[in-house]
Amino acid sequence: MIGVTYAVPAVLVFVTSALLIVVGALGVIAVKNPVHAALCLIMTLFGVAVAFVAQSADFLAAVQIIVYAGAIVVLFLFVIMFLGVDRRDHVNFEPLVGQRAFAGVGVVLTVGGLITLMARSHWVTGAMSVTTHLSSSQGNVKALGTAVFTTYLFAFEATAALLVIAVVGAVLLARRERPSQPQEVNA
Amino acid sequence: MNVPAAWYLVLAAVLFGIGAFGFLTRRSALIMFMCIELMLNAVNLTFVTFSRTLSDISGQAIVFFVMVVAAAEVTVGLGIVVAVFRRRSSTSVDELSELKG
Repeated sequence: MIGVTYAVPAVLVFVTSALLIVVGALGVIAVKNPVHAALCLIMTLFGVAVAFVAQSADFLAAVQIIVYAGAIVVLFLFVIMFLGVDRRDHVNFEPLVGQRAFAGVGVVLTVGGLITLMARSHWVTGAMSVTTHLSSSQGNVKALGTAVFTTYLFAFEATAALLVIAVVGAVLLARRERPSQPQEVNA
Repeated sequence: MNVPAAWYLVLAAVLFGIGAFGFLTRRSALIMFMCIELMLNAVNLTFVTFSRTLSDISGQAIVFFVMVVAAAEVTVGLGIVVAVFRRRSSTSVDELSELKG
């Protein structure tokens, strides 16, 4: 790979997305205020969306912004505000001795081992696709839609059931248990 | 020419590591959920990179499903956080020590 020059725009896009992702992720785990952590999470999600666009996953980039930054982070912020936990978390308190050191060593070993493993095995292995080609003339959205509604139709239907179950479960969990009073109709 | 897939794979691995470290060290349940989102996004980035390199749309379809599962997971998880907060007035996972042996 040394000596090969890549197009300057591609490198710039990669550096931008990498900066957004890494700075945002470090912010999530470092800041004390949960609201700031949620805002840093948005930054990381935008960086991932940039990386999606750079790798011709246009529809997923849009979904990333709409679903993650638009819905999930807003849900986080809503719960933070609802519970009133935007006061500072005690970060420096460590009930398990050496927890941070063990976590750091474990993570560095895992990620380093993973990168070493990939670097020694040509990074991406596997056969090029012959049927579901990415760079066809029909565009990313149509190709993805065709794949989801033909090959992955069963999984798609299962996600519908999953979402219904999740909504019912969330309503059940978050509902306030009120003492059973029969005359509650005048509310 | 686009940058090699290795750069994106290393970036995704680093993102996963940051998320895992935060999940292991932070104690607020909300921040831990955010760290899970970081790890899920790292895996999504890996899937999209493989999809681009192998020119296969299936990787992107799987990312689509991962996003749906992440949305469901956050919904239920935050419901649990709200339910726990009602009883304990705290989102710290250290409070949940009743099953300690």
